[in-house]
Amino acid sequence: MSINKDTIKKISKLARISVTNEETDRLEKDLNSILKFVEQLKKLNTDKITPIASVSDQLLTMSEDEVKKINEKKEILQNAPDKNTNYYIVPKVIE
Amino acid sequence: MTDLAKLTLVESIKHIKEKKCSASELVGAYIKRIEKSDKLNCFNTKDLENAHSKAKKIDTNQKLDKTLVGAPIAVKDLFCTKGVKTTASSKILSNFIPTYESTVTEKLWNEDAILIGKLNSDEFAMGSSNETSNFGNVLNPYRLNNQNLVPGGSSGGCASAVAADLTSATIGTDTGGSIRQPAAFTGIVGLKPTYGRCSRWGIVAFASSLDQAGPMTKDVKDAALMLDVISGYDEKDSTSAKKPKSSFLNSIKSNVKGLKVGIPKEYRVDNMPKEVDDLWKEGIKILKDNGAIIKDISLPHTKYALPTYYIIAPAEASSNLARYDGVKYGFRAEGKDLTEMYENTRSKGFGTEVKRRIMIGTYVLSSGYYDAYYLKAQKVRNLIKIDFDNAYKNVDVILTPTTPTPAFKFGENVDDPIAMYLNDIFTVTANLAGLPAISLPIKYNKDGLPLALQLFGKSFDEQTLLNTAYFIEQQVNFKSQVKDWWMS
Repeated sequence: MSINKDTIKKISKLARISVTNEETDRLEKDLNSILKFVEQLKKLNTDKITPIASVSDQLLTMSEDEVKKINEKKEILQNAPDKNTNYYIVPKVIE
Repeated sequence: MTDLAKLTLVESIKHIKEKKCSASELVGAYIKRIEKSDKLNCFNTKDLENAHSKAKKIDTNQKLDKTLVGAPIAVKDLFCTKGVKTTASSKILSNFIPTYESTVTEKLWNEDAILIGKLNSDEFAMGSSNETSNFGNVLNPYRLNNQNLVPGGSSGGCASAVAADLTSATIGTDTGGSIRQPAAFTGIVGLKPTYGRCSRWGIVAFASSLDQAGPMTKDVKDAALMLDVISGYDEKDSTSAKKPKSSFLNSIKSNVKGLKVGIPKEYRVDNMPKEVDDLWKEGIKILKDNGAIIKDISLPHTKYALPTYYIIAPAEASSNLARYDGVKYGFRAEGKDLTEMYENTRSKGFGTEVKRRIMIGTYVLSSGYYDAYYLKAQKVRNLIKIDFDNAYKNVDVILTPTTPTPAFKFGENVDDPIAMYLNDIFTVTANLAGLPAISLPIKYNKDGLPLALQLFGKSFDEQTLLNTAYFIEQQVNFKSQVKDWWMS
């Protein structure tokens, strides 16, 4: 499998990263070399192997449903690039 | 008079507890060096005034009973520190001030350690040379014929800061070797604990099933002490493990008699420099001469570890980094509508390597390719884990080199992502299998550059790892040869 410029454009849309034509050329070369490298895995027969998402055998635990005063609105909003008293401000979504 | 900044962490704390020096004097000794070391570019943020006032506060407290009392500690700029800028060395977080503290750093301050700053790294911990940082290269205190070398990565600022005595110890993060490889390049000790040993809460996430925080220190005892403090179950991290609290430092024993040490033949890679192969043989000889039982073992899927890693890590990264959208915090670039604002923010806010990995990760998770790449990698990851499970039926620890080469020059690998990725060839398996591993400096090569060996341990058996490393450390008697050439 290899990636062409159209695929780069498609992935950049999915990843929400705009790319210039120059970047597309570079990404086409780099991504294909990385894909060629990872394609070694195809040589392995893994039909009977279970996929693992994590090595952790920790089971999810229950916790008390209690209110904790952390991450208060006023503090959190201080990091926002654009805000008014109570809200984040973003470019207009609905005309 | 003793140069306080040259003391190990354990010695520094002893000095303070025995009132041989005050916390202010210790902090002052480090600050004096930090102020003359801007050339190394270890720090993204310095917090020297706060450090001074915290030290004064400790000096007025007669108790001095906390585990890390008075120890000045800078941490990788990936740990959220309340009220202190946390950037992950990225433009996109360049103005982010967390409103909360990461669990592991909170544990440090609870033991009266003193924050002195935030350390440079590769952007979002993606890199092996610290060259992807938005805030410039970090220099290795060791040089090759007066030419600058990389400190390794991603915890490059951490590694250089410990080697140059700019922090009494530090914590880094290790997703594919980011603690151990830079530790090896700078002649210090780096420990990646078992996955789940330390909480990941409040650490800027890269690849959540692989990320683990761990100590980077001047010697093995310091690593044991730091692990004592930062480890433990945390209800805020669902993968942190419920293990009884033990004291690694108090339990440390210098003895390898009867220890079964595995030597995996697959780590004898093509084109490995002779000096690295010889180093490995020396390590084997030290253990064998002192009563350890050396066993040749096989980890047959080793060569598939890097390709597996370069599917899984970018896949998880593409998901974790989706949160950086210019809305709630960090950098924003304007756009004519919401989507264009997202796309411009992420395009201008992330660097080349981070974008490369997000793109690869997005591709391997996308419809039609998920099974061929991501699911396949998850299966091979299991095979790699099974390799270790089988090996540990016969051995207690596994000995390998940490890296295939010593520290290299700037620009040497930046144009070829695969060449850069090969740096992690010996370290990445520990992350995929979730195992603890430690890098330990052994000797200098003919050019005066540090060379290091790595030990892998069984899951949650950091104690055997630390015992073995401590024994080897005493045998090889590695001493810092850093010469302060950067100071004006």
